[in-house]
This record gives sequence, structure tokens and C-alpha cells, in this order.
Amino acid sequence: MAGTAVLGRLTWRVAELVDVVVETPRVKTLVFDVQGWPGHRAGQHVDVRLTAEDGYQAQRSYSIASAPNGTLLELTVELVDDGEVSPYLTDELQAGDRIELRGPVGGYFVWEPAQGGPLLLVAGGSGVAPLMAMIRARDAAESHAETRLLLSSRGWDDVIYRDELERRAGDGLTVVHTLTRSQPPGWTGYTRRVDAEMLAEVVPGPTERPLIYVCGPTPFVETVAEALVGLRHDPQAIKTERFGPTGG
Amino acid sequence: MSFVSRGFRGRRREDADPSRVPPGQYVTSDFPVLSAGPTPHTPLEDWTFSIVGEVDEPRRWTWEEFRALPSEQVTVDIHCVTKWSKLDTTWEGVSVDTLLDGVETSAEHVVELSDGGYTTNLPLEDVTGGRAWVAFAFDGEPLQPEHGGPARMLVPHLYFWKSAKWVRGLRLTATDEPGFWEVNGYNNYGDPWREQRYWGD
Repeated sequence: MAGTAVLGRLTWRVAELVDVVVETPRVKTLVFDVQGWPGHRAGQHVDVRLTAEDGYQAQRSYSIASAPNGTLLELTVELVDDGEVSPYLTDELQAGDRIELRGPVGGYFVWEPAQGGPLLLVAGGSGVAPLMAMIRARDAAESHAETRLLLSSRGWDDVIYRDELERRAGDGLTVVHTLTRSQPPGWTGYTRRVDAEMLAEVVPGPTERPLIYVCGPTPFVETVAEALVGLRHDPQAIKTERFGPTGG
Repeated sequence: MSFVSRGFRGRRREDADPSRVPPGQYVTSDFPVLSAGPTPHTPLEDWTFSIVGEVDEPRRWTWEEFRALPSEQVTVDIHCVTKWSKLDTTWEGVSVDTLLDGVETSAEHVVELSDGGYTTNLPLEDVTGGRAWVAFAFDGEPLQPEHGGPARMLVPHLYFWKSAKWVRGLRLTATDEPGFWEVNGYNNYGDPWREQRYWGD
């Protein structure tokens, strides 16, 4: 609780890019080594700050995609064509370059293995990033909490973390894809946007009292959250994180 | 700071007056949405607005009564802690001064109360003196549910999470009671010009 927390200011830390993982044609995961990183909980985010030579600065928030892992921190960044920060992060930044960031931020959209399950994760596109942190934290803690991820992507090649999700599936983790724009030959999965009918088929019923995390673009989150309420899930159990069209 | 991000030039907006953009913010023409859970939909016939807590007598308005109160049109800049600012937004709403008119209280703090259980806390003096409204229209149109309709707080001099969506009342309190985001890592006051985003800022 805030009243009892004794925390200093979240200071800006220097983060050095040590690796880049190409997730999809438009999405990269940037692996930073952050001096003095205090650790984080799955679902939290950081603020990134870039400084131009003339002192001009730009800040944006990015969800943390990695489970707590020493000083290494992974951010998954989708290129926004007319953005100010994401084109720099995805196209300009090279291993050895440094940026500034501070965090971790946010104490609500978080899941810790001790909370158990069942866990329902619903993501649109790069909204999967903070949910991946939860899946990774679950595995790192050797939790067997029943977890279902419903991930909406445009096509098979747009599925972020595709191979890793396949690898991690099983042992209580179920991954369900819907591909809304194009599907590979022989695709038998969902081919439409997430709707109430799909959620009813995929998610645990309200009587199982799942902990629900929904992340994606605003219209996606609105649709999913409304449908879940319509399916009689407790609104208080539905935690949402949205990114707008100006994610930058 | 001497820190420079190699190769970063930035893309400054030339149509925005820099003196109106607080530190760390960027100007957007969109109206992004941020909320912690599903959007509530309270029918207008069930909607009320209440003043409760440390007051001589609680006050309550139905939607009809609320809309019959004198309202004001305001044009203000708004600043979200997630970094976007939106300039010259136009709203219509009832001034909190109007709602508190005749209310006797010794409270020094206020908690905004919303559908869905969201709360946010402020000093009472930050919602009086023509600095806060209960807004029901944006850009000349009824306020949409995802933006807090039918009515939301508008406290434009603080970060926008202090302008609670789906607001249903104000609780006047003798002591400061941190609200939803305030117990989850966000600053207790939230002045964008002092960049008070998080605990300790």
C-alpha cells in the first residue's frame, strides 16, 4: 500500500542493448542489460527516454516481456510507421547502443506465480508482450497454474513469440490462435476477430473464477472485456491494458 | 544530462506550442483510451451523482437533475501520464463549485468515486475555484462510454488519471486516502509540470 511503501524516486538507468530478436516483419524484441535493475513483476512496464544531441527528449512506455532475470530486460516493440520512438528502437538502435529507462512501473496489471490460476490471457498483436512475461514467469517458477492464452494475430507470420509459445505449450498451458487476415494452407483454427462465441469456447467458465488479463489495441480490449462481462465473468477479475493508435 | 541517444533526432511537432507541453509529454491529435478494466454501462435512469463523506448533509442528483444544473463550456489542455497530451480539448460540464455550493465541510481532501470501483484522491482545493468539472460532453457530443461517459471528472491541471471516468460521486475526507492508481505506483498528486508520474517523483 502506498501509505506504507517507502520508495525513492524511480531513477533513470542506462540500458545497453545486448541482443535483438526479430519476432515478425514489424516486431523486434530488444534485450537490454540494465545496470542496477531492481527486478520486476510480470505485467509491469518501463518508461524509455531518448535524448537527441540538442537535448530534445522523447519518452514512451513499453511493457516488459521478460520474466525477472537479473539485469537483463526484454522489450518487444512494434514498428509504428509514423511513430517517433518505435522506428528508432526497431531500425536504428544497434547492439552496444545505450538508452535510458526507468521502472518498473505499475502495480495492478501484474501476475505473480503465487497467485495461481486458472489464468486467462487474451492478447491482440503486440499486446501479448506483458502476457508473455506472465507465461515466462510461470515457467520460471515451475508453476503449473492452468493457463490459456488466446492470441489474435493478422497472419501466421505475424504471431509474436510463435516458436517459443509452441515450445512452452503443455503442462497446463494452452495456446489458441486466431488469424484474422490470412491463414496458412491447411489452417483449421479460428479465422475471425475475437468475439463472445470464441471466448465462450476457449476460456474457463466464470464459476472457475479465472484471473483475466486482456491487452491489445483499444477496440480489441473493449470488445473482449465487454464479451467477458457478458459471459458473466466478474468485472473486477478482468484486468486490461490498452495501447492507443499513437503508441509511437 | 549529457546522455545522448546515438542517431536519435526526434520528430518535434511544429504546430504545438512547446510552452504548453509538460516535460516528457508529446502532443497527439487522437484521444487514446486507458482504463484498468471493462467499460461500465450504467443506464441514465439508474445514474446518480452524490456528494458524501465529511459533509453537513449528503447531496444527490439524478441524471435529469444533474443536467438541469448550470453547465460551462471549457477548452483545456489535457495530459495523460502515459505521455500523450492533447491541446485545446473542448468539454461541457458542471463545475464542482456548483455541486459544492452550500455544502458545509471541514474536509481538506476528496476522493472521486466511479462505477467499477475506481477511485482517485486529490486535495479539495484542487477541485474548487473553477479548476474541476463533471463533464458530460466532449467536442460537442455526448461523452462516449470508453472515454468515461455518461460523465467523467475533468481536472485538467493534473495528470488525466485524476479525471476519473464514469464518476458517480465525490467523497470529502478529513485525511488523504490514496486511490486506485495511487496505491499502485502512481504519484499521489500528479502535477504534469513537475512530472510527478510515479511514487517519489
